[in-house]
Amino acid sequence: MRYLPLSDADRVDMLAVIGAGHVDELFADVPADVRLAGPIAGLPLHASEMAVERHMAKLSAKNMSAGSAPFFLGAGAYRHHVPASVDHLIQRGEFLTAYTPYQPEIAQGTLQVLFEFQTQVARLLGTDIANASMYDGSTACWEAIAMAGRITRRDAVLLSSGLHPHYAQTALTMAKFTGDKVNHTAPALSAKPDDAALIAAIGDDTSCVVVQYPDILGRIPDLAAIAEAAHARGALLVAVVTEPVALGLVESPGALGADIVVGEGQALGVGLQFGGPYLGLFGCREKFVRQMPGRLCGETVDAEGKRGFVLTLSTREQHIRREKATSNICTNAGLCALAFSIHMTLLGGEGLSRMARLSHARSRETAERLGKIAGVAILNTSWVNEFTAVLPVDARPVVRALADKGVLGGVSLGRLYPGEGALGRGLLVATSECTTREDIEALGSTLEEVLA
Amino acid sequence: MNDMNPSGWRPGMGNAGDGAPASPTFTGNRGLQLEEALIFELGRMGGCGVDFDEEAPEPMATLGQHLRAAPVALPGLSEPEAVRHYTRLSRQNYAIDLGIFPLGSCTMKHNPRLDERVARMPGFADVHPLQPQETVRGALDVINQLAFWLVELTGMHGVAMTPKAGAHGELCGLLCIRAAHEAKGDAREVVLVPESAHGTNPATAAFAGYRVESIPGTADGRVDVTAFEARLGPDVAAVMITNPNTCGLFERDLRRIADAVHAAGAYVYCDGANFNAIVGKVRPGDLGVDAMHINLHKTFSTPHGGGGPGSGPVVLSEALSPFGPLPFTAKTADGMVHLVEEEDAQTMGHAQAFGRMAAFHGQMGMFTRALAYILSHGADGLRQVAEDAVLNANYVLRSLEDVLDAPFAASGPCMHEALFSDHGLAEGFSTLDVAKGLIDEGFHPMTVYFPLVVHGAMLVEPTETESKAGLDQFVGALRSLAERARSGDEALKTAPCLAPRRRLDETLAARKPRLAWKDEAG
Repeated sequence: MRYLPLSDADRVDMLAVIGAGHVDELFADVPADVRLAGPIAGLPLHASEMAVERHMAKLSAKNMSAGSAPFFLGAGAYRHHVPASVDHLIQRGEFLTAYTPYQPEIAQGTLQVLFEFQTQVARLLGTDIANASMYDGSTACWEAIAMAGRITRRDAVLLSSGLHPHYAQTALTMAKFTGDKVNHTAPALSAKPDDAALIAAIGDDTSCVVVQYPDILGRIPDLAAIAEAAHARGALLVAVVTEPVALGLVESPGALGADIVVGEGQALGVGLQFGGPYLGLFGCREKFVRQMPGRLCGETVDAEGKRGFVLTLSTREQHIRREKATSNICTNAGLCALAFSIHMTLLGGEGLSRMARLSHARSRETAERLGKIAGVAILNTSWVNEFTAVLPVDARPVVRALADKGVLGGVSLGRLYPGEGALGRGLLVATSECTTREDIEALGSTLEEVLA
Repeated sequence: MNDMNPSGWRPGMGNAGDGAPASPTFTGNRGLQLEEALIFELGRMGGCGVDFDEEAPEPMATLGQHLRAAPVALPGLSEPEAVRHYTRLSRQNYAIDLGIFPLGSCTMKHNPRLDERVARMPGFADVHPLQPQETVRGALDVINQLAFWLVELTGMHGVAMTPKAGAHGELCGLLCIRAAHEAKGDAREVVLVPESAHGTNPATAAFAGYRVESIPGTADGRVDVTAFEARLGPDVAAVMITNPNTCGLFERDLRRIADAVHAAGAYVYCDGANFNAIVGKVRPGDLGVDAMHINLHKTFSTPHGGGGPGSGPVVLSEALSPFGPLPFTAKTADGMVHLVEEEDAQTMGHAQAFGRMAAFHGQMGMFTRALAYILSHGADGLRQVAEDAVLNANYVLRSLEDVLDAPFAASGPCMHEALFSDHGLAEGFSTLDVAKGLIDEGFHPMTVYFPLVVHGAMLVEPTETESKAGLDQFVGALRSLAERARSGDEALKTAPCLAPRRRLDETLAARKPRLAWKDEAG
């Protein structure tokens, strides 16, 4: 077997050193009645690299890949062009096959990357500090809610209706077990988010208000006003960004007064990957650092006074604090953080702005084209690179019909909100710098066909 | 045994030959050991290493009030600068590709490159999680095929594929247990955890709203069955047990404990971090386990990536399967494995699902890698994996027990990891010194100071992907370090001397946290 270096002769020699006659003696502690006598019946035996590759290639070919079709899906996962150097660099074995940097003297590569990543994320989100990443945006969102509870010692959580429904469901699931009181309703199909209603719902027991920016329908809430209202009642504002590229165009949530900003970093460097692994971004005010979840990398010096980096403030974490830890999280999304950081390093702030502007321009062209179709209305009055189109019919079968004709035309709100009839005609349409004018025309003309 | 160091030169002696300290260089570099500045020191604001096809027009007027005043203050590097920056940084890392990475409980095994190629196939890497299901049949097949293998290898009933990592899987398992109790109207408050458990176990139980009680172990390194049985009662919701345990031993009495736990109306959570030792040799389902997470990044060799991403699917017994989160994969009457989402949860008999733990379907990029790995090994190869992993660990244990104290060596063979203590080291010498000495020898140290039940623990997990020659070299180095620490060789206390950095000041880092780069001027 190609992944196993021991030869039969090695095994015999090693058993002799151990003083065992047969490898089964090493498994003597496994009760005999449950010990398996041989390979589990009914499962295939080992296969060559070629055979496995062929098997997997067949499965891959059964999927319609985003790059093979005009593609307009978003709703929390975005397709941007990732430079070739990103994938090359993350496959360097020194990054790919390293562990968590617990021995900093021989992990400065990973640690310096994390320090740079934390700085990039903090500046992007507009926060004082950021951690070394979380699993993904949805789990980072829940961790932010839990952290707000620790800070405010309150347990009522107000989720804006524009929060991604998967994020809301994740929070509702966790709250069932922690006892937090989480309030969430589905959004209405209105041109602008109802910030006033959200503000009115903030109470003296509100721990935090959680607001997605831009929201699930592509609309842009007035974070500054919500922050002011939340702070006036002693609550925190948690801002959620599912499309970090949008922050190349619009003001960062931290600058608008958000206390904790979390996000999904997948759009930069990571790719779609059918939903994971993704990258949770987590930033906050410096004064909250000891309540933060997840790993933190900090600067220090070595015994010769040279600058170096270490994981720090680990007294918050499970391996030290056990049941008193701020979170049970153990891993971060290391390699995804590296991919994000390399992509961001290539872009710089300037490149991010250009990417956001181009994605935005394509989005306006798409909205203009769709707006010409009889019965189709564009919901939003302003957006970055994702908007909601309202169709004359239920969007779910339309999306399937578009796919049958080779167009991946967006995400139907019916898929995201099963049972919410009023949203059924909504179609989320996202674009990026990858979107071409041919793609836009293909979506327009195919949608006309399907609706006709 | 290889003669590794015929000259007798040792770290701390200075340069070989003249004994003089290395002279400083102008750059701070030492030959191929290269220093590297931060991107904020290298790059300039306004720089960019990405070309765009066209310039975008001004944004829509209605965005006016929301527009940012200036680009995010981040430097950009050209492609050659960026490639060089990260390549130079990569060389400051130790990695499995460079040598043995014997971290106990972490299962750092070789990462096959076929798995990387497979994960990058466009039908896996470039599909959106919310595409119509008709366009992602192959991706769903991957999830189903992997789920099938996980269920078969563990002898369990169903599997929740969404958990993002081991600790997330633990949470998933405990939430299933909690939901199962609540469905019976049975509010229970306590989770029992042996004192040798991973820190995530008590942290997870607390996060799930339980009170954690620690159960002491026995002198031979296993859980105390009598103590467990004595503590069971109507307030105990579950026990969390790691098997093989963190002392590297198989919990012989798990079946008996499980029977007692079930009789008391509670459930058995098994931490599957150490599944590599027993895959294909025994199925946790046959030991009475109700829930167990599987770290795909350990047993099934998806790369650790410098600390993630992980992936922690949770296999569940028939009793707990109905409560697993959405989306969920389960065997149905026809023997097939199906993916159940919110829409069809009712019709697919999964109405009791405890909810959703994360957006989308889980760590797909890890599923493709793990499936390619499993198919490569097959049922016979995976069994050989466990046998070789255990053989390698026992070889390390028996090769070193004369120079390093092995507190449970008399308890019988170890499983996938060999545990030593600092007993016998000279006054003033510690496990840390031995670990740092290994760095100078060109190895990553073992897990140190865990499990907590052993003083100055050193936990060595070689995995099955180490050759005998490689193990002999590692054993030789560790033997030499053990002898130096026993004889009180002061030079060892300054190790490492040859790594990119000397020992780092962690106290300073924690006392005055600098977590982001700040322009000295600002």
